[in-house]
Amino acid sequence: MTSVESQIPVWVPFKSTIQGAGDFFLFYVRFVKEVFKHPFEWREFLVQCYKMGNKSLPLVLITAFIMGLVLTLQTRPSLANFGAEALLPGMVSVSVIKEIGPVITAIICAGKIGSRIGAELGSMKVTEQIDAMEVSAINPFRYLVVTRVLAATCVLPVLVIFADTISIYSSYLAYNIHGDMSLTSYFNAALSKLDWIDVVPSLIKSILFGTAIGIIGCFKGFRVEGGTASVGIAANSSVVTASLAIFFIDMITVQITDIL
Amino acid sequence: MENETVVRIKGLSKTFKELHILKDVNLEIHKAENVVVLGKSGSGKSTLIKCMVGLMEPDDGEICIFGKDMADIDYDELNQFRTRIGFLFQSGALYDSMTVYENLAFPLRHHKKELGKEKLDELIHEVLENVGLPDSGDMMPAELSGGMSKRISLARTLILKPELMLYDEPTTGLDTATAKEISQLILDLQRKYKISSLIITHDISCTKMVADRVVMLKEGTIVANGSYDEMEKNNDEWIKSFFS
Repeated sequence: MTSVESQIPVWVPFKSTIQGAGDFFLFYVRFVKEVFKHPFEWREFLVQCYKMGNKSLPLVLITAFIMGLVLTLQTRPSLANFGAEALLPGMVSVSVIKEIGPVITAIICAGKIGSRIGAELGSMKVTEQIDAMEVSAINPFRYLVVTRVLAATCVLPVLVIFADTISIYSSYLAYNIHGDMSLTSYFNAALSKLDWIDVVPSLIKSILFGTAIGIIGCFKGFRVEGGTASVGIAANSSVVTASLAIFFIDMITVQITDIL
Repeated sequence: MENETVVRIKGLSKTFKELHILKDVNLEIHKAENVVVLGKSGSGKSTLIKCMVGLMEPDDGEICIFGKDMADIDYDELNQFRTRIGFLFQSGALYDSMTVYENLAFPLRHHKKELGKEKLDELIHEVLENVGLPDSGDMMPAELSGGMSKRISLARTLILKPELMLYDEPTTGLDTATAKEISQLILDLQRKYKISSLIITHDISCTKMVADRVVMLKEGTIVANGSYDEMEKNNDEWIKSFFS
C-alpha cells in the first residue's frame, strides 16, 4: 500500500517554501510602502504599544531577574578559582547587554507578541473582519499591520532596557549572597566594562528583532485561510518562524559588529 | 422606484481554478430598488457581491457603479466608492475587540474626522435607534445574539449613509421571527433613505417581503429575472423548487 506522503512529489514542499518566501518579501515591500503613507493610525499604534509593552513586561522582568541570578551563581565559582571575582559585574553586564538580554527578551516576545498578532489577525481574517474593514474603505494593512509592526519595533528595545537593568540588579543580589558590595559600586563596576560599541549594536539588534516579530506575526495572520484550526496553526507558526528569525538576525548582526 | 441606474453589470465572469463560478452575468439595479438574487448554495451569489466591492477581481466583464467602471479606478478611488456602498456580511463581521459603540464609531472616525464627540454620539444613537437597539452601545459583540449582531452590523454599514446596500444572506441562521424583523428593517431602510439594495439570499420569505425584482442565479448564470409573482408562476422546475 502506498502512503499519501509518498504520492506527493518531492518538489512540492520546496515549491511552497519558495512561494511563501516570495509572498513574505512582497508583504514586507507593501509594509515599507504603507509606512510612509498618510494618515498614520496613531491611536491604534499607541494602543498596540501599550498592549505589547504592558502585557509582556512582567514576563520579561521575571525572566531577566532569573537570568541575571543564574548567570552570576554559575559563573562565580569559576571566576573565584582564578581569583577574578572582581570581574564578575563586568562579565555579567557585557553578557547580558550584548547578547543574552536582547535575545531572551526577543524570544519571550516572539511567544507573547508574535503569537497574539498571528492569532488575532488570523481570527479577524476567518471571521471576515478584515474584509469588513476593507469594504468600509479603511485600509486594513495600514490599520492592522503597520501599527503592529511599528509598535513591536518600538516596544522591544524598551523591554530590553528593562530586562538588562533588572538582570544586572539580580546579579548584584546574587553576588551579595557571598560577597559584600553596595548597589552603586556594583553598577559602577558593571558599567565600567561597557562601551557605546557594546550598547548601540545591542539596541539596533532589539529594533530588528521587534520588526521581525511584528512582520512575521502579521504575515502569518493575514495568510490564514479556512477555519479556526488554521488560526492556531498561524499563531504557532508565527512563534516558530519569529524565533528562528531572531537567531538569524543575531548571527548576522554579531558578524557585522565584529567587522566594525 | 426611480429609473436612474445605480449598478450595471455586463458579461461578468469569475473562475476559481477550473471552476466557473460566474458566467456572463448581466444585471442592473436602479435607484431605490431592492433586487434579490436567489440561488442555491455555491451558485456564485456571494462571489457576485464580492466582485462588486472589489474584494474579488472578476476575470472578465464590466461592473459600473454610480456610472463609473470599477476596473478603471485605483485603490484610493475604489475606497471613495466604498464609502457610498454598505456591505452586510453573512457573519456580521463585527470587530470583536471593540464594543458596539466603538464598532459604529470606527468608520466615522476614519471618514468623518470633522465630527466632534457630541455629533458622533448623536449619529451612533440615531443609527442604533433605527435598528431597534438603542441601549446596546456598551455591549461586546460576543454578548449579542445572532439577530442583534446582524442589526448592529447593519447599523455600522448605515452610519456612513450609503446609497447602495449589498446584503450577503441577511437572514441566514436566524429564527423565523428575527428573520422577519431583519427583512422588515431592509424594507424600512429602502423606504426611508431611498437606498438601492442587492440582497443575496435563499430565504424565500425574505425575498417575498423585500424584493422589487428577483434574479434567479443557477450555477453562475442568471436564468430568470422578474417580479416575485412572475417568478412564483414560472414553470421551470428548478425555479419552482424555490417557491414550492
